[in-house]
Amino acid sequence: MALLATTGLSKFYPGVRALDGVDFELRAGEVHVLFGENGAGKSTLISLISGASQPSSGVLQINGQAVHPRSVREARELGISAVFQEFSLIPTLSVAENLLLGDEPRSAGFLDRRAMKRRARELLDDLEFDIDPNAQVSFLSRAQQQMVEIAKSLRGKLSVLILDEPTASLSDKEARRLFSLIDRLKRDGIGIIYISHRMQEITEIAERITVLRDGKKIATVDAKTTDHSTLIKMMAGRTVEQIYPKIESKPGRLMLEVDKLSTRGGVREASVHVRAGEVLGIAGLVGSGKSELFRAIYGLDRITSGRVRFDDKDRTGARTVSLLREGFFYLPPDRKSEGLILDFSSDSNIALPVLGTLLRGAFGLLKQGDRGRITRAAGARVELANRNASKRVGLLSGGNQQKVLFAKGLTNDAKLYVFDEPTVGVDVGTRSALYRLIQSLCEGGAAVVVISSDLPEILHLSHRAYVMRAGRVAGEFHGDQITESALLGLFFDGGHVDRQLELSE
Amino acid sequence: MNDNLPKALHPVPTVSISHRLGGVVLSAFLRGGVLPFLLVIAFVVFGTLSPEFLTASNLTNLLRQSVYLILVSIGQMLALVTGGFDLAVGTTVAITSVVSATVMATMAGGADPAWGAIAVGCLAGLGAGMVVGLVNACGIALAGVSPFIMTLGVQSIGLGVALTLTGGVPVSGLPPAFGDLLGFGTVLGVPWPVIVTFVGVVFLYVLMTRTALGSYFLAVGGNAKAAALSGVNTTRVLIAAYVLCALFASVSGLLLTARVGSGEANLGGTIALESIAACVIAGVSLRGGVGRVESVVLGAIFIGVLQNGMNLTGVRSYLQMVVLGVLLIVAVIADRIRIRLSQGGSK
Repeated sequence: MALLATTGLSKFYPGVRALDGVDFELRAGEVHVLFGENGAGKSTLISLISGASQPSSGVLQINGQAVHPRSVREARELGISAVFQEFSLIPTLSVAENLLLGDEPRSAGFLDRRAMKRRARELLDDLEFDIDPNAQVSFLSRAQQQMVEIAKSLRGKLSVLILDEPTASLSDKEARRLFSLIDRLKRDGIGIIYISHRMQEITEIAERITVLRDGKKIATVDAKTTDHSTLIKMMAGRTVEQIYPKIESKPGRLMLEVDKLSTRGGVREASVHVRAGEVLGIAGLVGSGKSELFRAIYGLDRITSGRVRFDDKDRTGARTVSLLREGFFYLPPDRKSEGLILDFSSDSNIALPVLGTLLRGAFGLLKQGDRGRITRAAGARVELANRNASKRVGLLSGGNQQKVLFAKGLTNDAKLYVFDEPTVGVDVGTRSALYRLIQSLCEGGAAVVVISSDLPEILHLSHRAYVMRAGRVAGEFHGDQITESALLGLFFDGGHVDRQLELSE
Repeated sequence: MNDNLPKALHPVPTVSISHRLGGVVLSAFLRGGVLPFLLVIAFVVFGTLSPEFLTASNLTNLLRQSVYLILVSIGQMLALVTGGFDLAVGTTVAITSVVSATVMATMAGGADPAWGAIAVGCLAGLGAGMVVGLVNACGIALAGVSPFIMTLGVQSIGLGVALTLTGGVPVSGLPPAFGDLLGFGTVLGVPWPVIVTFVGVVFLYVLMTRTALGSYFLAVGGNAKAAALSGVNTTRVLIAAYVLCALFASVSGLLLTARVGSGEANLGGTIALESIAACVIAGVSLRGGVGRVESVVLGAIFIGVLQNGMNLTGVRSYLQMVVLGVLLIVAVIADRIRIRLSQGGSK
């Protein structure tokens, strides 16, 4: 009998079927990988199983018994524990306080601090995690915080453990330790639901894989006998050639020239350049400086040394406002925190950058007619449906929000587009629409930079690529040199690349 | 969570009259919020309980009494939509009153009508009020002090200054023409304070809906980072918000001074909290990014209606405070329900 099973599990939000009638089964002692694109329904499925949200319809069973966890706490009492990508730790409290939050040992009604420390110590020692229980969580590294999070989920009774991209922020060594921990939990009969994009890792630890797409289950397959390209086709619903357009390259004049730039954010003597009519890819791990470099150029971080030339003018340390007016468009990686004003309509978001320039009319009044025309035209270029134009952006799906974010850069023709993580959390249909847009911008003569943690994106779109590592430019590649193994070889100092094989064809 | 289901899954073949009426009420609630309902209820209740309430003279009176709060509230809205507060609007009113009265009384020296003195006095009062706004703005936009603390501090400082200037005694000896015009004067039967307020409301409405700056106020409150990345100078926008907020409070202070006929440091009273209440009842988000001038005007009028109606029906003033507090909280809860209903999802 299955340890955990769902039948016809669904979750609807207004206008969105986040999860649509999914049958899923987890056996005791197996690692069951959920595989799918961002927005395919993986996160929704685990949030329903872990009690973080409640299904619109469908049944969840534990050991054959129907259960309805109404909160994360109720799910934990049923033995279901989840480690999400967004940590649930309280940064101002200590490791021990976090580990025992909600279950603090007491004596005579008061906190028993000594028992608390002892139990925290035991939990950490048991997992062979080298972390001080007295340390404040905000001072730990991301990897250490993740370990605390895992330790927290192992507190109390556990039969189902959910891990959402647990290795995303771990070093090789830390990941190894996580895998051996997973092995041990498997032997104890715990079922593990594991979300990952990393092919190598999936093949290594998974028993079965369930592929999701657009909120529906595509198939559940045996992990050992299914090859990577089959998985990708199941995941995307189309072949690689259908997703990525072939972009013509006509390198023209130098648009951006960066000479030995160092920044407060940790970039060290980085020299890069971009020409009109080419797509430049920037690859590297999170924190390698790939995003930080362009944020500093765009006036979002302080430059400590080096020069920046944009469009044949020295623009070292220029302000965002002036760069934007001179035709430099930067698309931030986090659309919710930096990109969009969620209370505004799509139209108002798109118009915002040009309100004070293009749309300014007599007496400082806005040109209402132009405003509608310009925002509609920009919306049309990203294939944003008309009915979404006047909707509050916060109500749109991730893919449509990303389209709005792109459209903000299309109200007037920029000379340089820098897309920082252009397709995070976006469905495959929207992705190929955005790639076609990048194609038309580049072929229209603009310089395009794509900064991405999604390696296939770099591999398939770039005419030229840099890899960044530890704040420095670690290498430059042209045309056919841009291969997965070549780029990954420079991601890490010593070349420990085996675990980092991101998905590609 | 059944209300999350797409509409198509709930086919409703026959709709009864009561159902349809309910639907109309619901969609009006979803679009306009709870305020129109509160206003209608207040008019019905007070109209039934007091024969005087719905007379033309009482309604004119009500509107005239409400304009001071309307002006302060639409200014307050600017601070709120940028994600801040202005607790110092009462102080702005007081400083304006004291400074304008002092200048007028000194310059006029008993002459009447002393139009020169009145004009200079008004300008001096408005200038002093805007200085208060500028101090707030600098602290918040340049030094990064939280709006709550900054305006709380300035509120105390300003009141102290106003009391020091007057020694705690009202400034008298204003030219009577000042009060006759801005306090009690009318044009074609419409009181001057109502005309001034109307101009202020129209000005701000156009600013909010037809200019870049209006959108910037909302953008900075909605997501300051995104606004900055879109080329909005957030510092300048914040400064504009607090200075304009003070300007409206200052105009209100001038009108109040004309009405009471003397410069008084305690004229601001509880207007800071009342103006925040008017905005919140009108659906202005305390997190910033959301707010409409026309709703805030209705919010301020609603508070005026309540006070006027309760006075007419003999509700004692202590109980009035209770009612006002309860309604404020009810309005906020109703607004949360409205947002949940119109968004559906629990996200």
